[in-house]
Amino acid sequence: MPIDAPPAHDSLKGWPPPALDPAGPFAAPLNSLTWGLLAMTAAVLAIVVIALALALFAPRAWRQKLGGERLVWIAGIAFPVVVLSALLAWGLTLTHKLSEPPRPGELRIRVAGEMWWWRVAYLDAAGREAFQDANEIHIPAGRPVALELESTDVIHSLWIPRLGGKLDMIPGRRNILRVEADQPGEYGAQCAEFCGGPHALMALVVVAHAPADYEAWRARQAAPAVPAPSHAAGQAVFGRAGCGACHAIRGTEANGLAGPDLTHVGARRTLGAGVLPNNQGTLAGWIGDSQAIKPGNRMPAYPVLSGQELRDVSAYLESLK
Amino acid sequence: MIGLAGATLVACAEKAIPERQIVGADPARGLTLIKAEGCGVCHRVPGLKWPRGGVGGSLDSFSSQAMIAGRSPNRPDVLVAWLRDAPAMAPDTAMPASGLSEAQARDVAAYLYTLDAD
Repeated sequence: MPIDAPPAHDSLKGWPPPALDPAGPFAAPLNSLTWGLLAMTAAVLAIVVIALALALFAPRAWRQKLGGERLVWIAGIAFPVVVLSALLAWGLTLTHKLSEPPRPGELRIRVAGEMWWWRVAYLDAAGREAFQDANEIHIPAGRPVALELESTDVIHSLWIPRLGGKLDMIPGRRNILRVEADQPGEYGAQCAEFCGGPHALMALVVVAHAPADYEAWRARQAAPAVPAPSHAAGQAVFGRAGCGACHAIRGTEANGLAGPDLTHVGARRTLGAGVLPNNQGTLAGWIGDSQAIKPGNRMPAYPVLSGQELRDVSAYLESLK
Repeated sequence: MIGLAGATLVACAEKAIPERQIVGADPARGLTLIKAEGCGVCHRVPGLKWPRGGVGGSLDSFSSQAMIAGRSPNRPDVLVAWLRDAPAMAPDTAMPASGLSEAQARDVAAYLYTLDAD
């Protein structure tokens, strides 16, 4: 499906390519490793091509040298063993910190891949779930964060090219991906393992806050929703249509766990897992017929709502900042 | 006198589409706004490969359409008002007020008026 520049879907676009444009200390070593491996393989390729050219076109004396057993021992066995071992040691040195278990006191966020969105749970100091959010990961800039990657259905893979490596989310396992952003900003991310139908439309935004703002953001997000009385009609539609069977809005009777938590859905940058702008109109369109936009996603279309109801419920959701 | 009236009628008939030009508006800017607002979530909009929603009508040949949402004449001033605040004109529409400024709505309208039947 061709993507026409959805808002947050910039994780793979731009120049330099985000994967070669590290924005944090856990992405930088991967960049070094990429260029190092590229240089190394280019050098080996050059040596092989030169040797091939010599074997084909050089004078007889040169060709005899190339045919000796000694060369096979040196260039065929000793050289690759030394070079590949050195590369392996270098690579492991550069990357071992990326997936180490969380250290005491380190910020931990649990990210679960679901078909085809991201469940994001913020853990407190004791490792308990403090609150849930979806399709956005908020981190403080300048501080390492351990992302605990899980999956409940199929294998997904979280890739935030500018902040860190690409790591699979495997059912029954908990993999650690450490990320850190040097500067506040927004960083695109994408599911990098084909996980069925709308896999290409499973994106995510990482928001790095200035450290001083981060705790305020967390406090706001942990608080329950406070629906305004002016949105009572929309809240009633939400209840009547049964939305609360799949979605939770903390502070209201909606407590479903199957779909994304909507307590502060109006504050999100995107809709539909990182692929659409988030406003009243797109909320209404998503509720009315998300299947036309992201075919196969687990939310059914709601052609039973009237125009007025669709407007009311989308205004209600948009107000949940 | 009759001849004059006839000429006027002919002139009207030849001009199948009334004035659908918006002075100073930029269709290209309009398309950018359409993408940023996410109009495609509900409407099929030529020039937009994705999303192509099924909630609202297709805008395929909007410029040759006589009515807006089947209820108001398709004139620039009406369209601009509709794009900014549809519920004010049709209380039971699903299309919410957009938050577009007058100038932005004029750009979007200018783009919609480039969408011909052929």
